[in-house]
Amino acid sequence: MSGFVESLRVLFGKAPARPDKNKFSDEVREMHKNKKNDPVRIAAIHEELAAAEKGPQKWRRRRWTVLIVINLLFVLSYQLDISVLEGALTGSRFVGFHMADLNSALQVMLAYKHIVLNLVIGTVTVFIMWWLLGGRTFCSWVCPYHLIAEWAEMLHLYLAKKGLATDHPFDRRTRTWFWIIFVILAVVTGYTVYETVSPTGILSRALIYGPGLALIWVALLLLFEIFYSRRAWCRYGCPIGLTYGLVGAISPFKVQYHLKDCLHEGECRKVCMVPHVLETVIKGKANGLDVDIGADCTRCGRCVEVCPTESLTFLFKGIGDKL
Amino acid sequence: MMAKPKLSRKQKERRKFIRSIVYTVGMTGVALLGYVPVLGQWTKRLRPPGALSEKEFLSSCIKCGQCVQVCPVEAIKLADIDEGFGNGSPYIDARKQACDFSCDGLQCVLACPTGSLTHHVNYPAQVNMGIARLDKLKICLAVSGQGFKGATRSRENFTGILRFEAVSRWEPVALAEQEFDLEICDLCVRLCPIEIRANQCDAGTPPAGDESQCPPERAIRLIEITSDDGVRRMQPEVLDGCVGCGVCEMVCPTGEPAIVVDINENRGIGRNDWEPDASKVKAVKELQS
Repeated sequence: MSGFVESLRVLFGKAPARPDKNKFSDEVREMHKNKKNDPVRIAAIHEELAAAEKGPQKWRRRRWTVLIVINLLFVLSYQLDISVLEGALTGSRFVGFHMADLNSALQVMLAYKHIVLNLVIGTVTVFIMWWLLGGRTFCSWVCPYHLIAEWAEMLHLYLAKKGLATDHPFDRRTRTWFWIIFVILAVVTGYTVYETVSPTGILSRALIYGPGLALIWVALLLLFEIFYSRRAWCRYGCPIGLTYGLVGAISPFKVQYHLKDCLHEGECRKVCMVPHVLETVIKGKANGLDVDIGADCTRCGRCVEVCPTESLTFLFKGIGDKL
Repeated sequence: MMAKPKLSRKQKERRKFIRSIVYTVGMTGVALLGYVPVLGQWTKRLRPPGALSEKEFLSSCIKCGQCVQVCPVEAIKLADIDEGFGNGSPYIDARKQACDFSCDGLQCVLACPTGSLTHHVNYPAQVNMGIARLDKLKICLAVSGQGFKGATRSRENFTGILRFEAVSRWEPVALAEQEFDLEICDLCVRLCPIEIRANQCDAGTPPAGDESQCPPERAIRLIEITSDDGVRRMQPEVLDGCVGCGVCEMVCPTGEPAIVVDINENRGIGRNDWEPDASKVKAVKELQS
């Protein structure tokens, strides 16, 4: 249970808590003590890492493919009139079944102050889907802004290396403030204020119904991320991410860390888009033999792939880690 | 060049915190800018059939565009960010492409996932998007006693489509390709979807054989107006059955439309709950006298 609370704390923007070493079980303590005692194996891993191919990774390819296919399905359903996935990311029908983006549905219900039956149906469907997939899966596997922001991030990192841009991080609690503010604004003004500036909704509609002025706003956000603050929207701003993080916090599907195998090379934290969820892999921090990775994880799979000792694995409770 | 002074960890944290406050306040401010076009009523929009009153409509619409996708004449467009909180909400530009109810069953209403287009509305005659008004008396062909020959709006690169049952029951056709030869121009009456339905019902053949498609009231007619010069003049008179679909505005052959739709922003859930704006009724009556 404490793992769950910690996962929520980190999701809301708190720094990961320092584990209380006195509460570690003997087995865990013993394991922490014996790490780095296998110089031969570590040397072998380093050799392997040095030779490893640095190109596009398997999980990223899968993720981008899924993201593009989903968004393309929206576009083609309308443009070719094939009616598979009608609507936009805010609200849609998948072969006739209602689907509603949880954050959009929340904004509508708070602004309109009525519960609409169809919207409830769509909300429950989507809730179950993202609960099953867990974490912020929506973000890295579906959201079109996330993909473009990933490219902007690459550009930012390139510019930063050349000394042309500096990252100005924000307090991670900012996202929670945004979430609360947009909830209050919806209730008080009676308008879906967040939808006006949501780059997810704007991009999804622009893809399906054609571009408009709203894309200028999205471009400004991207410029802000490229030149001023790395991934400023996804990391510190987007209320959709927090909504899905909350839904996915209790998911049966997760990434799990296995202390036994880990040699603390830190490869996973280098590739992670939300490294605060991987605090537990730092030497001496894991408070158990198997630790679930928290709700802010987008299930992108990069750590699973990059770990040289397979200490991070996807796990579906009940089915085990056969995935 | 002077080196930047090294900041202590505490100073860095403090700067980060202040930066975050500025980010939050800034973003809230940007989002609230969306209020300006709404409060200032910069762009008044004709909303799709069944739309709730403007305020409720904007709050309940989830901005998904499913109504756009099902419309057989593609009358519905989505508003851009310059309309503030209206960003992503559907509207109809009647002069370009009006709603002609050629779907009969109000597909946009059925598609709406939030009831922003209320499911209380089932038939075209129950819609109350607005009400037509003869805006420019002087240019109306009927008022000046003129007929109309040829295709309407054909010189404007006009792409609007309408259902002409004589051509096809199911496929709407290009308006600019339909030829007319009228002794006195009555396009706004002749092509009015409510009038077409009322005529079908009077002839004992209601649309799709469904009596409930029959409008309870007539929407528009031509009335003779007396003139001293001996020219036979007619004038369109908008009646209580008008639902504001905008077809008259779309088909009007004059450069600027002589007849336009006034948007009804207080539309309720069905036309029985809605009284036409008294001032507009008065204006129409004045024109008639």
